[in-house]
Amino acid sequence: MRVLRRHSALLFLAGLLLLLPLVLPNNFYYDIVIRMAINAIIVLGLNLLIGFAGQISLGHAGFIGIGAYASAIFPTHFGWHPLVAMAAGAAIASAIAAILARPIFRLKGHYLAMATLGLGIIIAIVIKNEAAYTGGPDGMPVAALGLMGFEISGEKQWYWVLAALLLFSFWAARNLIDSPFGRALRALHGSEVASQVMGVDVVRYKVAIFVLSAFFASLMGSVTAHYIGFVTPNIADFFHSIELVTMVVIGGMASIYGSLIGAILLTALPQALSTFEGWETVAFGSILMLCMIFMPRGLVPTLTARFRPNEREDP
Amino acid sequence: MLSQFLQFLFSGITVGATYALAALGFTLIYNASNVINFAQGEFIMLGGMLAFFFMQSGLPLPLAILLAIAIPAVVGMLLEKLAIEPARDAEVVTLIIITIGASLVIRGLIQIWLGKGAHSYPAFSGSEPIHLGGATLLPQSLWVLGVTALVVIALWYFFSRTLAGKAILATSCNRLAAELVGINTQWVLLVSFARSAALGAIGGVLLTPITLTSYDVGIMLGLKGFVAAVVGGLGNGLGAVLGGLLVGIIEAMAAGYISSAYKDAVPFILILFILFFMPRGIFGAQVTERV
Repeated sequence: MRVLRRHSALLFLAGLLLLLPLVLPNNFYYDIVIRMAINAIIVLGLNLLIGFAGQISLGHAGFIGIGAYASAIFPTHFGWHPLVAMAAGAAIASAIAAILARPIFRLKGHYLAMATLGLGIIIAIVIKNEAAYTGGPDGMPVAALGLMGFEISGEKQWYWVLAALLLFSFWAARNLIDSPFGRALRALHGSEVASQVMGVDVVRYKVAIFVLSAFFASLMGSVTAHYIGFVTPNIADFFHSIELVTMVVIGGMASIYGSLIGAILLTALPQALSTFEGWETVAFGSILMLCMIFMPRGLVPTLTARFRPNEREDP
Repeated sequence: MLSQFLQFLFSGITVGATYALAALGFTLIYNASNVINFAQGEFIMLGGMLAFFFMQSGLPLPLAILLAIAIPAVVGMLLEKLAIEPARDAEVVTLIIITIGASLVIRGLIQIWLGKGAHSYPAFSGSEPIHLGGATLLPQSLWVLGVTALVVIALWYFFSRTLAGKAILATSCNRLAAELVGINTQWVLLVSFARSAALGAIGGVLLTPITLTSYDVGIMLGLKGFVAAVVGGLGNGLGAVLGGLLVGIIEAMAAGYISSAYKDAVPFILILFILFFMPRGIFGAQVTERV
């Protein structure tokens, strides 16, 4: 039964992604859906870190920035192939995460928040200041992503690329959670000492999940840069990190569906609020506060608890 | 050589005093409620912007300053009553997002009301620089330092010599035990939020004639105040003050001797190094974690 349900969720998502183009009226809507998918993939990775492993990161946009600027800088200044540049960006982000993970994860709670926040801000400031390579605060254009003479261009082509990436990430995240690796992560969220006693190498798992989420963040940074065709330092700034963490928390920590819902809602929200001319920031802030006050555990876990009170929430 | 060093030191101490006030604000709220208030920077901004607004509308300086400190204090109480109190038992991330939501609301409202421009007002006692050892010091810097020193002494007196102060300390040690001996912990929370908002606003009011203010200055000032509070070891009042001064001085030295473009990165590089070697800040207590 459980096996059937797992696959039914994946099939449902696949069906939805297949049928969605039938109802999307124009490129504007394609664009929003593509941005939702990009955010959803990043948030899936971030939720593994925050929700499942219980380690907060307030600097994840830094890793996205590394990927985006690797895809912008290496092809433009050094003539690298975009795919090589993308891989290089992911390698740099993973390396930084791997080197810093051990000292960072000795920290807990607010000290961990401070360290990750600092890391993100430092990356953003470097991007802003190294104008010779990055174009400074104005940003820089990004070459098209091509393979063997074929270039991905236009919203419709990008839609299928991201639909495939999203399906893969969804499948991978679900499998990971049910693997021994995922169980170890959840155990160390529950109690680090208890999981250590049970033989879980706590530090190794934290490092692994941090590197993994940085790797995905960097890859999606590259994809964003190629899709938009232009990067600005905003992609790496503190506010972007906060947006991503908010998606995790509003959707629901430690919930795969929550990650998707959170990404969809918070990507759509600014669009919906754009009619409030001038009041967007106030409205956005108020909605964040209200959601967190009335549903501190996030949408999906709260609703699951309400409508299926007897069922354990399915991660 | 020496005069240049003195010059950097003066500007570092001046900014550092504002960080110290912000860090004290973080510390007061953290001690009373275990919440890191990411809206702390917005209180600094509110102080400066409100003082500008009231002076521009013709109020005398003392009244304008009083209002610019009192209004943020009320905003702080509202924040506690309406947003923090209902979510008391939520996780750390949830509370962080609530305070970030609050900071967006405050920033957005000020942007709508007073616009996006940068503002300033004249220094309190003229802007004729004082010459000292070859370096110059603005009279306004003396205001910043003097008031910060007074605030620190007043807080020290309050916490060590008055019953109300001891009630707050008791609450931060153990909320339940404090309630059992009859301390009104809700009142303690309210007072802590009001006071830390007022501290931030004081910093904003004092610093604005030197550095200008606008609706978005609160983000960086607040984050650096957080850095200062962590440098000093979260929850340690004296540590917060020293942390603020240290962050201000190192930032000014780095801007002067190394690179002014990377000025804003310096506090964060500093905090990463400190946390890597001293995971609880320089002045943080050694605690053994109980399982």
